[in-house]
Amino acid sequence: MTDAPVIEMKGIGKRFPGVVALEDVSFACRRGEVHALVGENGAGKSTLIKILSGVYRPDDGEVWIDGRPVAFRHPVEAIAAGISVIYQEFSLLPERTVTQNIFLGREITRNWMLDSAAMCAQTRRVLDMFGAGRRIDPDALVADLDVASQQMVEIAKAISLDAKVLVMDEPTAALNEAECRELFETVDALRAHGTAVIYITHRMREVTRLADRVTVLKDGEIAARFETLPEPSAIVHAMVGRDISDFYAPFATADELGKPVLSVLGGSNDALHDIAFELRAGEILGFAGIQGAGRVALAMAIFGARPFESGTMTLAGDSVRFTHPRQAIRAGIGLLPGDRKGEGLVLMQSVRDNGMLTPRAFGNLFSSHRKTAFTDLAGMDRLLDQMEVKAASYDQDIRFLSGGNQQKAIVARWLALKPKVLIFIEPTRGIDVNAKSGIYRLMRDLAKEGAGIIMISSDLPEIIGAADRILAMRGGRIVAEHPSGASETAIMLDATGEQEAAV
Amino acid sequence: MSEIAAERPKSPAFRFRFDRWAPALLLLAAVGIYLAACIVTGQTQYLNWDNLLAVLGRSIALGVTAIGQTFVILVASIDLSVASLISATTVLASVIMNGDPAMILPAIAASLALGAFVGAINGLIITRLDVNPLIATLGVSLVIQGCLSAFVSNFAGAVPVEFQFFAYGNVAGIPFAILFFFGLAMVASVVLRLTRFGSNVYAVGGNADAARFAGIPTGRIVVIAHIICSLCATVAGLYLASRLRSGAPWIGANGVYDLESIAVVVIGGTILAGGRGGIWGTVVGVMIFSLIDSIFNVLGVDAFVKQVLRGIIIVAAVAFYAVRSKRIVA
Repeated sequence: MTDAPVIEMKGIGKRFPGVVALEDVSFACRRGEVHALVGENGAGKSTLIKILSGVYRPDDGEVWIDGRPVAFRHPVEAIAAGISVIYQEFSLLPERTVTQNIFLGREITRNWMLDSAAMCAQTRRVLDMFGAGRRIDPDALVADLDVASQQMVEIAKAISLDAKVLVMDEPTAALNEAECRELFETVDALRAHGTAVIYITHRMREVTRLADRVTVLKDGEIAARFETLPEPSAIVHAMVGRDISDFYAPFATADELGKPVLSVLGGSNDALHDIAFELRAGEILGFAGIQGAGRVALAMAIFGARPFESGTMTLAGDSVRFTHPRQAIRAGIGLLPGDRKGEGLVLMQSVRDNGMLTPRAFGNLFSSHRKTAFTDLAGMDRLLDQMEVKAASYDQDIRFLSGGNQQKAIVARWLALKPKVLIFIEPTRGIDVNAKSGIYRLMRDLAKEGAGIIMISSDLPEIIGAADRILAMRGGRIVAEHPSGASETAIMLDATGEQEAAV
Repeated sequence: MSEIAAERPKSPAFRFRFDRWAPALLLLAAVGIYLAACIVTGQTQYLNWDNLLAVLGRSIALGVTAIGQTFVILVASIDLSVASLISATTVLASVIMNGDPAMILPAIAASLALGAFVGAINGLIITRLDVNPLIATLGVSLVIQGCLSAFVSNFAGAVPVEFQFFAYGNVAGIPFAILFFFGLAMVASVVLRLTRFGSNVYAVGGNADAARFAGIPTGRIVVIAHIICSLCATVAGLYLASRLRSGAPWIGANGVYDLESIAVVVIGGTILAGGRGGIWGTVVGVMIFSLIDSIFNVLGVDAFVKQVLRGIIIVAAVAFYAVRSKRIVA
């Protein structure tokens, strides 16, 4: 009985325009089992989970629950069928209490009035199932709880919904050591309770601590499946084992590297500790690490959006201190955000206007919008041509362009200001494979012209293929430096802190 | 078992949350300034029970409207049609009554039906046609005002003496309207805090996606909130008809009930983004508003200067919350 899977996904395939996200993926999870689903960013983990939770519908294959096929049309149906997903972004109401959140939409009433006492008692009972839940007050406002406790509330909510399957999407991303240990105990308690837990992670430590079985996804396919817990090295190998082709531009030669353009010494703030590195002109410096390792925080610190609180920063020989991005941009630093649509583009404006965004922002307030101190419209068109932005016309709204062309248009925006340092955050996220190569070559060309490039990416092979030097970050610190073309395993172990473990 | 109990630290008995107490602090400040103003200018004759009731009595229509407005703002919507609806209600009610006590009940019924209808229209335009609430209710407001102006341009109908009890009557020495206002506030507060509908209101305003995923019919909640808001505006209209002893098509616009009801809700600590706030905050907001007026009267501030100061006070109050609470306010 216990061997029959609660949830079974059979031959799942999912295609998005231009991308095959999943191809013939089968996956099952039994009662009282923790099944780890591992893979790099973009491997298809989240697509698979979104199919399981009814957000997407599969193009091929079926989802079975308790031996019966189901077809969810809406996430509410998946929740009703006993599938709860805890995403990294919680779906709690911060201004309501723990009890109110747990009973959201299914409050207990008596004579038309809410029965707070009954709901509170049930909340207490669910929370008491877990060590980490005991210290949570059911009447506390969710906004007053720390992240780990909020996550506990999400778990308690799932349990009180009688979830048969609980999916946890990188649950330790925002937790500290002690909180992680508590979470692991919570997962043990869930397993003992008979819940099927699908645990998504790419940290080997968590897999070895928790998993009963492991499935590795890579490029939308099953790369490996382990029925018993394997050596961490076997999992890492299955995750990253792929060839680096001539997909990437050649690395910088010794004489292409110039003087240091940017150096940071002892840079710290609440997310970063004692950051020290040097970026040279003509160099692409990659920052590797897992989510929350502090790579984006570092970019924001350099860019002045969340400044360093201590330490020194030198830009082209001058000591600088930025407290606002405007100062950083004026001094010659450009940043291409990871969330292109949310932070990089004005979607409803033309390609040309998007290119002119920063030049105009730094132009004279009373000068023409057609001609700024940096470039005029014709100059912008030339830059867009140079970037080979493909659009019906530069008057077209930028939202109609592909991700790769949008990215090139943002690069053109910065080129108008002739930056000394360009920071690329997730430069190829959401860009299809063929266009990725173009972005790498573009970065290399910019470096050859003398800019220093900082590349932050969660896609390890891409950093190895494109960066001249790689710094691994973990917990807000730079923990190791690797030369170009280092092995993925070595970087991965630094980034996840598995140095001392097997391999 | 005892081990578990020992392990659990006692929850903090009372955590001071500035953003929840700020309206009360402002009210205290307003009361203090009022007392000081009366004493400094030697007008201590204003410091008595009757004057307190008079101060409150001036804000009944605004208060009742603001109670309704609280519901729509909590679901992250807004209603700009309340002022026109108030005007329409005064005219409709007093024309139907036309001095005949027997027609009081039919007039009230017709008014409430009008309110429910307008609220449903507002809600449906917003939820079904996906029109921004600001635009939807502004449009509805123009339609109501236009229809009204086509029929009447000044006082219309007459309110029988019996119905004037609403505005002028006393119960146990306290004006009936004030008792009614606090009674309504009590009911609204119970609905928001102790019923399932109330908790759905906070959920929809706090995070509409989370609410939808929890199986809450979000559209229906928004429509009901709008119906409640329009019904409150209708009741405010009935009160004003009783007070004026007639209906007037300009009374709503004259009182700026649309914008002022929004202002007092926000001063009361309900955030425009929805999901946080409550009725007692709004009641406090109304009291602050009427106290400010009284302070100006005591100090003899010029009418135009008064308007300027009110504007500054509204903005300053909201900025005060924002700076102190470091959270989203409006």
